[in-house]
Amino acid sequence: MQMVLDYYNYWICVVLMMIGFYGVMAKTNLIKKALSLSLFQTGILVFYISIGKVDGGTGPVTVEGATGVVYSNPLPHALMLTAIVVGVATLSVAMAIIVNIRERYGTIDEKDIEQMELESNE
Amino acid sequence: MEWVHKHLPALIIMVPLCMGLVTAIIGRRGAGWYMAMGTTAATIAMAIQLLVNVLNTPGQSITYMHGNWPAPFGIAYVIDPLNAAILVIVALIAAIVTMYARKSVASEISVGKLHFFYGLWLFCITGLLGITITGDAFNLYVLLEISSLSTYTLVALGKDRNRRALTAAINYLVLGTIGACFYLAGIAYLYMATGSLNIADIAARMQDIYATWGTDSPQYQKTVIAGFALMAVGLSLKLALFPLHGWLPNAYTYAPSAVSALLASTATKVGAYAFIRVIFTLMGVDFAYHLLRTDVALLISSAAAILFGSFIAFRQTNVKKLLAYSSIGQVGYITMGFALGSVTGLTASVIHLFNHALTKGGMFLALGVVAYRVGNTKLQSLAGLGRKLPFTMGAFTAGGLGLIGVPLTAGFVSKWYLVSACLEAGRYELAGIVLVGSLIALLYTWKVVEVIYFGKRADDAAPMREAPLTMLVPTLLLIGGSLYFGIDSSLSAHIAETAARFVLGGTP
Repeated sequence: MQMVLDYYNYWICVVLMMIGFYGVMAKTNLIKKALSLSLFQTGILVFYISIGKVDGGTGPVTVEGATGVVYSNPLPHALMLTAIVVGVATLSVAMAIIVNIRERYGTIDEKDIEQMELESNE
Repeated sequence: MEWVHKHLPALIIMVPLCMGLVTAIIGRRGAGWYMAMGTTAATIAMAIQLLVNVLNTPGQSITYMHGNWPAPFGIAYVIDPLNAAILVIVALIAAIVTMYARKSVASEISVGKLHFFYGLWLFCITGLLGITITGDAFNLYVLLEISSLSTYTLVALGKDRNRRALTAAINYLVLGTIGACFYLAGIAYLYMATGSLNIADIAARMQDIYATWGTDSPQYQKTVIAGFALMAVGLSLKLALFPLHGWLPNAYTYAPSAVSALLASTATKVGAYAFIRVIFTLMGVDFAYHLLRTDVALLISSAAAILFGSFIAFRQTNVKKLLAYSSIGQVGYITMGFALGSVTGLTASVIHLFNHALTKGGMFLALGVVAYRVGNTKLQSLAGLGRKLPFTMGAFTAGGLGLIGVPLTAGFVSKWYLVSACLEAGRYELAGIVLVGSLIALLYTWKVVEVIYFGKRADDAAPMREAPLTMLVPTLLLIGGSLYFGIDSSLSAHIAETAARFVLGGTP
């Protein structure tokens, strides 16, 4: 129990990632799949942000005249801005493809699509 | 001119990136192709110049610092013999396939979308070149996503021909994103351990960490192992290493012909390069192979890939899918080479990377001609085409011989190196698997060649002419290249060996 409390930030991101991963693997609805993928990425975002925190550190803004101030590491946060953009782009490409799938197949359920492809035998 | 030379490493990325945007905006009414063609031609010139520069530089390594920020703080591009060679491969294939794309793509994609197609095409090439040239682990992730996102869309654009391109694209998107996320998480672990993102800097700091592992207080042991495991799985997904190849067959089969050729000959190769970089430069052979025994896992996967990929290829009735499964087998040869961890093995990997890019690229182009003239790539549609499309089908057959590894083709050279590497390491069973793989390649190539030359064409079939010149010339260029490097392999073997020696630090 102590281990869970001590490392609660890691547990949060592991749980987030695994919920997302489960959704990607188990759901057949493509929209749910894409959203789960987003959740999976969010888990990693949270991970990066939490490793940037330094114990007792303050925001990374220089205080004039102050000495011995401990700052948190801003680099992982900056990296995650890029990763968020990538995540948004991935989600929008996925949604665009799903819209096209809905137009061509009339469904967004993977099982139905599989069934249609078996029948048409293209 | 001085200025261009100084900033060559940045320009090789920035030119296609900016031109991609420009093409997507103003490349209407056929102008898109001219812009893409001009850009890729400039890229190949820059890539060759970089390779020459690197080989002539003492120390064989050039570091370019963006905005003059010194290495561990800013993003550095590092060029050494290995990635300079890969840059040339990617740029060369990209230029040749772009030449081919004009007619092929115009027949497969609606006219109103052509400028977007060529924009994405250039973004994809930018990403692939960027993964190769960058010396920053996080920058590699960003460029990986640039190439992947544009690839998903390029695959999905095959929807006008067959709606299954859409399901192939979404499947590729899901698996590709998971792979990229694993890689991203892996970097986070290494960043926790070393506090750096620059590949050379991480590698140097990693040595200090390894030094503590033999002592009573090992530092970051679990962190580093977890990070490496995540990166290895993520990159294996990207390079379609068996059993993580699920996205590949459908994506290659239903993408437009030119896209299949570009992906088959560059995307998986760049993935393999990134994996070599992570194992040999970032983590070091001692950690990855001697401590963790990743090489055992890699060798098992590669052997399974060779046997499984080739065997499933034999059972396909769509020739494009047959080539896609054959690619899974060929990736196995590449990974087997560097999994051996010796100079010969790594040389075999690099040389096969190059030879397979030419051979498989050429075969996909030849098949694209069939798709252009006949409309599909089913095995029975190829019946009797040997007489109708003599040059195209001749090129296809020569490529097939290259996949088998018949002497005087490039495939023979790389398999020769690979088998010598296996024997050198005393792994006779692996050499046996390579030979069995070639035997199955003989079966699946024969299956197609038999239909091409001895199959009977339907009597009521429409008359057909040989491929248009703009499609025929690129096909023959790639296949001719694979034959040339099969007869005179001194250039390709020299560069591959220099690269392998450099990466392994000169110690065999």
